[in-house]
Amino acid sequence: MIRSILLFAATGLLLSACASPPLRGTGDLGVVVERGTGSIQIIESQKHTALARLTGLGDLSHASVVFSPDQRYAYVFGRDGGLSKIDLLTQRIDHRVIQGGNSIGGAISQDGRLIAVSNYVPGGVKVFDAGTLQQVADIPATALADGKRSRVVGLVDAPGQRFVFSLFDTGEIWSADFAQGNSPVIHRFKDIGQQPYDALITADGRYYMAGLFGEDGMAQLDLWHPERGVKRILGDYGRGQEKLPVYKMPHLEGWAVADNQAFVPAVGRHQVLVMDSRSWQQTATIAVAGQPVFVTSRPDGRQLWVNFAYPDNDRVQVIDTETHRVIADLRPGPAVLHMEFTARGDQLWLSARDGDQVQVWDPYTLKRLATLPASAPSGIFFSSRAQKMGY
Amino acid sequence: MNTYRHAAIMAALLLMCASSVAAPDAKRQAQLEHLLAQDCGACHGLYMTGGLGPELTRAALAGKSRASLIATVTQGRPGTAMPGWGALLSADDIRWLVDLLLQGYPAP
Repeated sequence: MIRSILLFAATGLLLSACASPPLRGTGDLGVVVERGTGSIQIIESQKHTALARLTGLGDLSHASVVFSPDQRYAYVFGRDGGLSKIDLLTQRIDHRVIQGGNSIGGAISQDGRLIAVSNYVPGGVKVFDAGTLQQVADIPATALADGKRSRVVGLVDAPGQRFVFSLFDTGEIWSADFAQGNSPVIHRFKDIGQQPYDALITADGRYYMAGLFGEDGMAQLDLWHPERGVKRILGDYGRGQEKLPVYKMPHLEGWAVADNQAFVPAVGRHQVLVMDSRSWQQTATIAVAGQPVFVTSRPDGRQLWVNFAYPDNDRVQVIDTETHRVIADLRPGPAVLHMEFTARGDQLWLSARDGDQVQVWDPYTLKRLATLPASAPSGIFFSSRAQKMGY
Repeated sequence: MNTYRHAAIMAALLLMCASSVAAPDAKRQAQLEHLLAQDCGACHGLYMTGGLGPELTRAALAGKSRASLIATVTQGRPGTAMPGWGALLSADDIRWLVDLLLQGYPAP
């Protein structure tokens, strides 16, 4: 009797071992957003392959993704307010909520327990438990004359369980501190400049910088010294007196620091701007092929990859950070929307939206290694982002 | 109710006549529709439900004048992020896009 029970148990164990997939890590996995179809693909950088497609994620125009500290779960922020938690291992939607009406991005807290989402409608930030996606806090933005609330942009995580974000309509930077629990302590910095449209945080989490659309310059908050307030840097950063038309808002995420220089996309002008990352004074401009959208640094800092707004969005230029020369003018298009390096920079993945493909490049030989089919791909996000502040 | 519907059909026909003066050909229309969904959609949303730019659904545009919409697309709106597309698109392109939005895009 006992023997037969043991046999039965052993058979069960064997069967379940056969049924479960082989063990694997998630460090080389990533997510490609397919903006037109509300789907994502799970990709694997080591083998240049796609592992799965998940559908039913709603409106993914301008969707972005953050990862849990164990790099198993991807949180997808959709335009329609959808917040989806994806299990990269089982390739399933683990949780999904509609948390707002119109959203623009999100962040994960330093300890990985909280997910924050920035919303245009209703204007503000909502914060969720990363495990269950239950709401834990609601931070409405400043009310406007018409009864609506300011749209929120440039949301990032900062050291000490903080989230920092900018209010587009009212020109403010707020920080929400969750160190003492789920009722955040909010610090509000007003009159930081007109229409902050996106922001970045330095790799050490010290400086939060918002690009201004309504006037020239960037607003900088030193998170080591919030008592010193927000100061204006890069006075020439912006559209200038002519107010050039901007066909796509530049993105500050993925901005580059190399050799004590910081590189950011100019607004409207066909330039990448260079500043000294100690004094934050502008030191140079680099002429490029169009209005830059992303200025992305190869992880070793030696080269930058730059893509452009319509109508130059079929091109990508590679810039040497030492000489400021454009060393390659690539045409991977049509419609290159996003570029993502693997953590150690051996590969660059880019999305060619109108070519319905994702391309894998060797950023050292500048040769294309692989092409994967994807439906109108936009953002590409590797799970290694889990270990980087501000991502 | 019937008169209403007739009036609506007449208006639609008039709109079609007006825009068929030098309407973009089928290939160009496909390009423009793609531009609308993807590039205009970057700010206005893939389904024109709004984002950094305002909502452009048929309901949201109801009562807005065609001429002022054409002017906005052509010249942009000072003080906002809306650029003028006159440098990149022809007047016919812009008229066709505005009519598409007034008819409702994406198609209901």
